[in-house]
Amino acid sequence: MINSPAELEHLRQEILSRRDPDKARISVCAGAGCLATGAGKVIAAFDAELEKQGLKGEVHVKSTGCPGFCERGPVVVIDPEETCYLQVTPKDVPAIVSKTIKEKKVIDRLLYADATTKEKVVRESDIPFYKHQERNIIGNNIKIDPKCIDDYLALGGYSALAKVLFQMTSGQVVEEVKKSKLRGRGGGGFPTGIKWEAARNAPGDAKYVIVNADEGDPGAFMDRAVLEGNPHSILEGLIIGAYAIGAHEGYVYVRQEYPLALENVSIAIRQAEEYGILGSNILGSGFDFTVTVHRGAGAFVCGEETALLLSLEGRPGEPRSRPPYPATKGLWGKPTNINNVETWANVPLIINKGADWFTQFGTERSKGTKIFSLVGKIKNTGLVEVPMGVTLRDIIYKIGDGIPGGKKFKAVQTGGPAGGCIPEEHLDIAVDFDELTKAGAMMGSGGMIVMDEDTCMVDVARYFLNFLAQESCGKCSPCREGVKQMHRILADITEGRGKEGDIELLEDLAMSTGSASLCALGRSAPNPVLSTIRHFRHEYEAHIREKRCPSFSCKELLSYYIDPEACGACLLCLKRCTSEAISGGRDQIHVIDQAKCNKCGTCFDICPARYGAVMRLSAEPVPGPIPEELRIVVKRKEAKKEAQREAT
Amino acid sequence: MSEVSLQIDGKAVTAREDMTLLEAARSAGVSIPTVCHHEKLEPFGGCRLCMVEVESGGRTNLVAACTYPVQKDLAVRTRSEQIDKIRKVLTEQLLAYAPESEVLQKLAREYRADKDRFPKEASFCILCGLCVRYCAEIKQKNAVGFVDRGPSREISFVPEVAARECWDCKECFPLCPTSALQAAFVLTRSLTSDNSVEVRK
Repeated sequence: MINSPAELEHLRQEILSRRDPDKARISVCAGAGCLATGAGKVIAAFDAELEKQGLKGEVHVKSTGCPGFCERGPVVVIDPEETCYLQVTPKDVPAIVSKTIKEKKVIDRLLYADATTKEKVVRESDIPFYKHQERNIIGNNIKIDPKCIDDYLALGGYSALAKVLFQMTSGQVVEEVKKSKLRGRGGGGFPTGIKWEAARNAPGDAKYVIVNADEGDPGAFMDRAVLEGNPHSILEGLIIGAYAIGAHEGYVYVRQEYPLALENVSIAIRQAEEYGILGSNILGSGFDFTVTVHRGAGAFVCGEETALLLSLEGRPGEPRSRPPYPATKGLWGKPTNINNVETWANVPLIINKGADWFTQFGTERSKGTKIFSLVGKIKNTGLVEVPMGVTLRDIIYKIGDGIPGGKKFKAVQTGGPAGGCIPEEHLDIAVDFDELTKAGAMMGSGGMIVMDEDTCMVDVARYFLNFLAQESCGKCSPCREGVKQMHRILADITEGRGKEGDIELLEDLAMSTGSASLCALGRSAPNPVLSTIRHFRHEYEAHIREKRCPSFSCKELLSYYIDPEACGACLLCLKRCTSEAISGGRDQIHVIDQAKCNKCGTCFDICPARYGAVMRLSAEPVPGPIPEELRIVVKRKEAKKEAQREAT
Repeated sequence: MSEVSLQIDGKAVTAREDMTLLEAARSAGVSIPTVCHHEKLEPFGGCRLCMVEVESGGRTNLVAACTYPVQKDLAVRTRSEQIDKIRKVLTEQLLAYAPESEVLQKLAREYRADKDRFPKEASFCILCGLCVRYCAEIKQKNAVGFVDRGPSREISFVPEVAARECWDCKECFPLCPTSALQAAFVLTRSLTSDNSVEVRK
């Protein structure tokens, strides 16, 4: 039990004294992404190999949180040199131990290589993906074993809490957070300090603080990475918030689809309790605070704060009207403050380094950094933390390294399912709360889905509206009915049943749903529709008027056809066809049976470039199959041989 | 209980501070349409037909009058082009389920709603929740409830409770804005021995 700030500092020094900074350490990302690509086996291989090579106890292998470069996982960093190896497999481990650990030599083939210059990069922080980031929050993940509180303490963890408990009044804490201009990272962007102040000033003895970790946006996983990788940073923020508003009980509401996050945060709470950082008389200050982990049951809408509160009380997770706001009437009717994972994680930094340090990052009205999950048609999939105000273009091209496969960029969807799509011409806007909203999208919780020329924007809107229709709680009719009707119309358009007036009907529904719905789910649900109509109206019109999908994506409006003139009769598409729709043979032109074709596109992707025989047709009639007797292909080589034979 | 003064449609109105905008308006003789509201029940905010514009501190917001508390010096508008359009679309959406409902037909006339604008799905139920909330709040029996969410949401009687309570009560039937038969139908279906048969689908 730690009983004073001096004892906390003493413990930190003791932990540091046990660790030689010059000694080799191996950090392997054990976040959900890298574990899925085999990090668990890599860690086991390191343990076995170190024992085999007589280094057991000498070199420490650490399972860390996610540093963000998921595209190239499993990620391994070897300190003190900060050598970063990517896509490491157990096979690479013996060489890493014998070469890099023992002989201090770098293994070239495991390093990051620049795609154009082919230049190798050794240090993690020099890799372009990381170099252009500002990793205030996620940067510590690779340095910490999330299951080990000592790792967090070694980095100065819980010193902000000690500062708050012994040197600041609760009012000063609220003032500092207000001064930092921190805004909620969960999507709303409401000033955190003002929210805290409202809960602090609300009358009542019992108050609550809650971590909203019900991250549900498709393709977004930044909260998961922080919760899995650095749970103590969130707990520290939460205890500071509890002290500031006068709460003695807190909850971490985690969706149950995040088992590792649940495990790591539960371990973190237990370890903090053992050290006297949670519980009664925290650090000897006289302040009491306990935290309980609550599992969500799988409803997207429970990320909405009033629905989350009802769910926490054991009732159906349906939003209720505000006011009254949770700050005055929250959990069990008591003043409650709810913040998102990333918001809480910012708090210890603001307390330790000061509001002035924090406000140096970002734009006038959006301060600090923001973690985005960069996914979709992008070379470097992963988590990206940047100061507010960088351009979308920098995120996509400098950090994300652009679009794979030589395809053209079409749009980036920001803000989760109810966000909006931003086209090429707006890529230079500064990413902050206000600018994204102006462009018809939103910050949301930080999802960023990149789309290339093969993505149909009407289909994208249909996809998100389907998600939202399924996740609408159904309590209020503008959301339940409006989202359902918008989805029906979008499905009709993508399946060739669109008609004149559909765009106007969508706009009417978007207006009523967007302005009359009870909660933010319904109020923002029209965004995918409105932003795609605004920026890609021509795609809607092509679908409706010509029954044509310009991106060759909507299956109902698309046919695959093999050009008999170009077909090399190579059998590739015939063998790989998923619906046995292609007939033909060696030297026999291949023909697609349109009735059998399921439009999976495999033939189009696989047809060798030298033939390029498979064509995609939309709103064009498919030519009939050529007669059997004309289907013979005479290959050029054989034709030559034939000609030579005839000549001799 | 102290009183606050506010403006509704340009008219100076005094209201008790614990009133909602809807209560304040009705007490001043200003009518605002509702479907899911009932005086004896807690405000629900489900049908959203009572959307009004409130202006305070230079900002205009659209809010549901049935849940929004009165505030000093609030300027409330109960009709505008946008409000009427919202009510029109919302009525049209509900008419798809219950085109013959008198309550909805009256709204349709007022807001020029087209009952054929959206494809018909004759379930009769518009999920206003009056039966569900009446049973829970007034009768405290919870014999009828919502099941599932989003477009799959429906009302259903809990057979064990309904078999015991409902035949002698049926107080929820006359509350139904689409048809009293709607509740009766769902109740009967819930109590038939083979309630796995999906009659509606």
